[in-house]
Amino acid sequence: MPSLKDLKNRIESVKNTRKITKAMQMVAAAKLRRAQDAAEASRPYTERFNAVLGGLAASVGGSDSAPKLLSGTGSDQTHLLVVMTAERGLCGGFNANIAKLARAKAAELSAEGKTVKVLTVGKKGRDALKRELGDQFVGHVDLTEVKRVGYDDAQGIARDILGRFDNGEFDVATIFYAQFVNVVTQVPTAQQIIPASFEGAEADGASTLYDYEPSEEAILADLLPRGVATQIFAALLENGASEQGARMSAMDNATRNAGDMIDKLTIEYNRSRQAVITNELIEIISGAEAL
Amino acid sequence: MANTMQFDLVSPERSLASLQVTAVQIPGADGDMTAMPGHAATLTSLRPGVVKVQSSDGEKDFVVTRGFAEISADSISVIAEHAHVGVDVTKADLEDVLSAARAAAENADAEDKDAAEKFVADMVHLLDSMD
Repeated sequence: MPSLKDLKNRIESVKNTRKITKAMQMVAAAKLRRAQDAAEASRPYTERFNAVLGGLAASVGGSDSAPKLLSGTGSDQTHLLVVMTAERGLCGGFNANIAKLARAKAAELSAEGKTVKVLTVGKKGRDALKRELGDQFVGHVDLTEVKRVGYDDAQGIARDILGRFDNGEFDVATIFYAQFVNVVTQVPTAQQIIPASFEGAEADGASTLYDYEPSEEAILADLLPRGVATQIFAALLENGASEQGARMSAMDNATRNAGDMIDKLTIEYNRSRQAVITNELIEIISGAEAL
Repeated sequence: MANTMQFDLVSPERSLASLQVTAVQIPGADGDMTAMPGHAATLTSLRPGVVKVQSSDGEKDFVVTRGFAEISADSISVIAEHAHVGVDVTKADLEDVLSAARAAAENADAEDKDAAEKFVADMVHLLDSMD
């Protein structure tokens, strides 16, 4: 049976924890709004870009001269998994879910006899995968210093990936990130970026006949690397919103749990206090009777 | 035929403009072109330069570096990697891009060297024209 003082200390400490989680929840809520705005603001660009690129890819894709970024290297032996997670924890299952999806994919590919390479973006994913896939790591992108993800960050990552592709280090690249549905739901997603695939891209780009300046192939060759950057940027923004959403609901849960715990401890504290008083009374009464 | 068309300017980070316009001058990769309503459908990549937009509210300038434009009879979309509103842009904004481009041009292999150097030249020209 803990003493009264112990109970009091525990209640105090849980109260402090509740204050912290409450504050984190509110910070996450504010950041979530900003992250959502950023994701919202980039959507017109991504949509238009993909519509145009999809149309172009559909018209050039069939020919033999199609760029490798579109048609692939002709093999799918080596896979690069780009695992994008957060730099910080305390956001529920967010990082773990992405890592789990990547781990499953890596296991599946290894079982098929393919070579798997892993590029991590964000510290938490790296930590989560280090034990199992550590020897397959080829690089890591640190975004700890980045306060707000900008297009330049995405371009940096894209340049890294494209450089590796040009050197023939891999055949297929897939990015892993969490798609933001709402505050309680974030769906871990795998998306193939090299060779580029355009499922669901609008077909109207293909049906309009465009004049091209310079040539169709030149524009496509120019656009494809940017398509990689655009997809990574979109994924980073989704991830940012998902992270804050996950943190918000995780901290909301933590705050509620702390509240429940405080209630329970307070009841226990009051019971012990009453027991002590009763004991003292009994002692006094029995002392008086003995006289 | 309508004498205005829809103009959109989007960059990855935000949408800068969406309005009805009468004419747009675009710095195309192969030279400037002015598109008016009823223009033939064209897809062009951009060189660094100024997009001049004429609408009923007067003329507006936007500075763009890299990107492409999709022109159809009743709409124009400029999809730029970096875009600034003309009056807000300062040379400092662009000098970063220029120095990065210079570095890229030096490291580029023979195949890409021409394109990279052309980009640098276009950037220099753009910066000069801002004086």
